[in-house]
Amino acid sequence: MNAVSKRFVLSLGLAVSVAVPSFAQQAHAGNLTGHAADGKKLYRRYCIGCHGPLGDGNGENAQWIDPKPRDFTAATFKCRSTPTGTLPTDQDLYNSVGRGFTNSNMPHWDALTNQNRIDLVAFIKSFSPRWTTEKPGDPIPIPPEPAITMQSITHGAELFQKMECWKCHGQQGRGDGPSASTLTDSKDNPIRPYNFAAGADDSRFKCGVTNQDVYKIFITGVDGTPMPSFADVIQPNDAWDLVHFLRTLQTNRHSKENDVLKAAGGKIPTKAPDAPANTDNKGSGGGN
Amino acid sequence: MPAKQLFLVALAIMVSPALLLGAGTVSGKVTYTGTPAKQKTIDMSKEPSCAKQHPTPITTETVVPGARSSLENVVVYISAGAPDEPNAPAQAVTFTQKGCQYIPHVLAMHTSQELKVVNDDQTSHNIHPLAKINREWNKSQPPGTPPLSAKFDKEELIAVKCNVHPWMHGYFAVLKTTHYAISGDDGGFMLPDLPPGKYTITAWQEDYGTQTQDVTISGNETKTVDFTFKAKPY
Repeated sequence: MNAVSKRFVLSLGLAVSVAVPSFAQQAHAGNLTGHAADGKKLYRRYCIGCHGPLGDGNGENAQWIDPKPRDFTAATFKCRSTPTGTLPTDQDLYNSVGRGFTNSNMPHWDALTNQNRIDLVAFIKSFSPRWTTEKPGDPIPIPPEPAITMQSITHGAELFQKMECWKCHGQQGRGDGPSASTLTDSKDNPIRPYNFAAGADDSRFKCGVTNQDVYKIFITGVDGTPMPSFADVIQPNDAWDLVHFLRTLQTNRHSKENDVLKAAGGKIPTKAPDAPANTDNKGSGGGN
Repeated sequence: MPAKQLFLVALAIMVSPALLLGAGTVSGKVTYTGTPAKQKTIDMSKEPSCAKQHPTPITTETVVPGARSSLENVVVYISAGAPDEPNAPAQAVTFTQKGCQYIPHVLAMHTSQELKVVNDDQTSHNIHPLAKINREWNKSQPPGTPPLSAKFDKEELIAVKCNVHPWMHGYFAVLKTTHYAISGDDGGFMLPDLPPGKYTITAWQEDYGTQTQDVTISGNETKTVDFTFKAKPY
């Protein structure tokens, strides 16, 4: 080994040994790099009142708040791009800080710069050792969205029945299904299923406003709540059909889905309950 | 003489795997004193496909008392003394949802052993292990979907629930040892294949908590270790 390569190896080793311990204290989203030390100051100013000095969601305001502030020591997060039971990506947390949580006391932090937000993400990760022992899950890939058609909406409505979404969300998506009143989150606090029909034109989902965000909610599940992941049981294209149907449950919100439904007469055709089992085979039009 | 020596060597070779595995046994019975809380009858009328599977409505299984004050569904395992077994058994354990009930109510498994979750019902369930040391997850399992596979790699007693059917409660006992047993309907349990040594035996009941006892095993003896829990009347 010559002197140059020796030095290279030595400096590489140094770089690794320095970089690894501090990696958990950093967060990355796009071109931004957040630093926990900077995030700590921001946290003490903006977040501590609800999330508490220990990050366990027991800040002095927490007793007045429902739903309760997130407990960062559990490292369980609702809005993720990653599978149920895995850590979210830094980008997921960064998006949550900026977006806020509708129907909760968590505002969208417009007053903070992008750099502030990513610094906070870096600091939030210091509350749980999971960030040093586990890696975030691999984001679940989302295929391109197909055209919004009556066929897609109708198939989505069938899935809503088949997957029994209505057990909690109700047949009209009003959050009044037979199990709705019994639901509790993982800390045994009562929790309501999402009411699609509530809200006006600006009504939005907890984890974002785009159709991709809706797709992610039921595919990844909302960890820490009764909402499970359907990643293993709904195929990617079927998932888009369900997204298109769910949009039609937001009756007060203007959407392409509602336009398509209105143009088709406003009614989703239902399959006859006694339809023969081979209907699907005829419809697919192919042989074996 | 050489023939006899050869015989002894052969005997030693034959016996040594048994010695390695251990031939000692701890067996006993789990009982309670006092009056256990009356279990609640479960109303499944909101899920007719399950309700009709139970001509006599079932009750909650938080405490399952049997004849002669025996206590069922108690996890009994070696919590100290046995070396941690790094390798999980190849055979998976199965947790079945049938009639909107978990079968078994308490399922023990080794860390990293494969767990299969089966839905035998005509309704969707969501399997939601409320893990705190392992990762909490929550997955939907509609009727007719294949068994779901999972693993937990840290020792933990994990409550499991189905949010759709709030009466469904169960437990996963994830252990670092394969020396475990769940007490049967007579309260009995048996921990076989123990090499000689000093062990701590832990018994855990979901409502009554844990108890431990120390026991020393020498040779291939069977030692009796009984556990008695004080019932909570409410």
